[in-house]
Amino acid sequence: MADDLLVARGLVVSYGRRAAAPVLHDVDIRVGKGETVGIVGESGSGKTTLGRALLGLVQPTAGSIVFDGSDITAVDEHARRSLRRRMQMIFQDPMSSLNPRHTIGRILIEPLLLHGLADNRQAARALVHNVLDRVGLPRNAVDRYSFELSGGQRQRVGIARAVVLRPDFVLADEIVSGLDVSTQAQVLRLLKELTGEMHLALAFISHDLSVVRSICQRVVVMREGRVVEEGACERVFSAPQADYTRMLIDAIPLPVVDPGWLNRGSAADTSASA
Amino acid sequence: MTAPKTMPRLAIEDLSAISLRDGNRPILRRVSLDVGLGEVHGLVGESGAGKSTIAKAILGIIPSQVRIAGGKIGFEGRDLLTLSGSALRAVLGRDIALVPQDPTTALNPSRRIDAQMTDGLRLKRGLSAKEARLRAHSLLEEVQIRDPDRVLASYPHQLSGGMRQRVLIAAAFGLEPKLVIADEPTTALDVTVQKQILRLIRALQERHGTSVLFVSHDLGVVAKICDRVTVLYMGKVVEQGATAAVLAAPRHAYTKALLAANPRYDRPDTGLEPTPPEVITALRAEIAAFDAGSGEARDG
Repeated sequence: MADDLLVARGLVVSYGRRAAAPVLHDVDIRVGKGETVGIVGESGSGKTTLGRALLGLVQPTAGSIVFDGSDITAVDEHARRSLRRRMQMIFQDPMSSLNPRHTIGRILIEPLLLHGLADNRQAARALVHNVLDRVGLPRNAVDRYSFELSGGQRQRVGIARAVVLRPDFVLADEIVSGLDVSTQAQVLRLLKELTGEMHLALAFISHDLSVVRSICQRVVVMREGRVVEEGACERVFSAPQADYTRMLIDAIPLPVVDPGWLNRGSAADTSASA
Repeated sequence: MTAPKTMPRLAIEDLSAISLRDGNRPILRRVSLDVGLGEVHGLVGESGAGKSTIAKAILGIIPSQVRIAGGKIGFEGRDLLTLSGSALRAVLGRDIALVPQDPTTALNPSRRIDAQMTDGLRLKRGLSAKEARLRAHSLLEEVQIRDPDRVLASYPHQLSGGMRQRVLIAAAFGLEPKLVIADEPTTALDVTVQKQILRLIRALQERHGTSVLFVSHDLGVVAKICDRVTVLYMGKVVEQGATAAVLAAPRHAYTKALLAANPRYDRPDTGLEPTPPEVITALRAEIAAFDAGSGEARDG
């Protein structure tokens, strides 16, 4: 097992005054150095909130988060700034996370200067060229705007922006939902290669268990703000222990004709409450 | 083979469309497909393949920048493309209904479910207000909503996505149409809810003998609900056949590539194979040859 990079224990998050109804209840999660961990669940499971808490974007009401040996649960703004380089995020919708008025070059160069990874624009530009080559975008993308790119290209920019800072940890929240299956395969393959090459730890949030299976080593299954199961993908997908995990897996339609599938299993009508 | 034995319910023949905004670029290339009586026919492809243009052409809601350049949409012996606005409106809703992709935007947020469901039943089916209300109630029971009275009294925002999609399915099938166009009806839903909705569509379709054109980007969903499938690429049919045959032994390299790109939880290291560049190159050549030859084919 890889050494710990990010370890959260007993995380509780409540929004607003609803302390009585937390969005996360006592969640434990561990991401090892260089490890890719899937966080799966349906809407309302708390997976996005968990990701935001890990990055310090929401403050937990209880619990602790340790990153590379240091407690970062309640660090001040100064310490948070240096953490930001090491903990990056890729967003679901690159269209809304990339500033439409900035060129791709500016979007990639500014963080390098801000975090002191390049002494000047010329040095930053060289690093940007390298990362564009690596994510499979043409170098002249630096002069383009996000709206001029396809969905798959924009997601590559999102990945480039995260990895150009050479972080130790990246959080990816639903980054392939909405992409065509072929574009999705390109993005997943790229991420898998980058995590290997850079020894990057990745928390991969998704509602799609098949996608998680394709790039994650371990998976955490969430439901209603709690972890219901956690383990190596191989084990969880072949022998799920929690009924809920089994139900989620049974509900995935494999591209194989199976006449009994529709009426089988317990995705049954627990249904019709709003 | 599960080819329809009688005249198909929907027979699209050589349907072509171009984009006026984009230098008359073809967006449908002589698409032919038919949907048999009581058949669920899947229409799959990636974005831009022309799936929703076909659905919109059937429903008479082609956007202004798209022009139908040729072909027929045969329904009950008539070509929908030649019907006047009022004749088409008489068919739509009554004989052809839509289950939309996004159950949120398809419902009017300021009207109760009751009003939205009974409108169609009164206008298209000629029921009285009281009859329509009773029918709406039983339709919601048919889609396994436990407390129809509460749902009827609700506004859309008071219902979950899955519940809203049930309401829309009830509304669509409630008009007892002969053909339902289901346009990515489960894309916005969680996977467990998706399974319930697929089960529901299949059950209603079988009970009423409805024909369904099921638009989807997901080969897994298509495998579970469609009898036959048409695979589109850049507005051209690349493969068509019984779902079991197409998925088990795809003939076209593009269909193979789509299957290979599909991640599968039951196998490690799947979902990481993008469409090989040589497949795309061959497809584009195939389409260029088709475009060059289609003028002659039409004459001869």
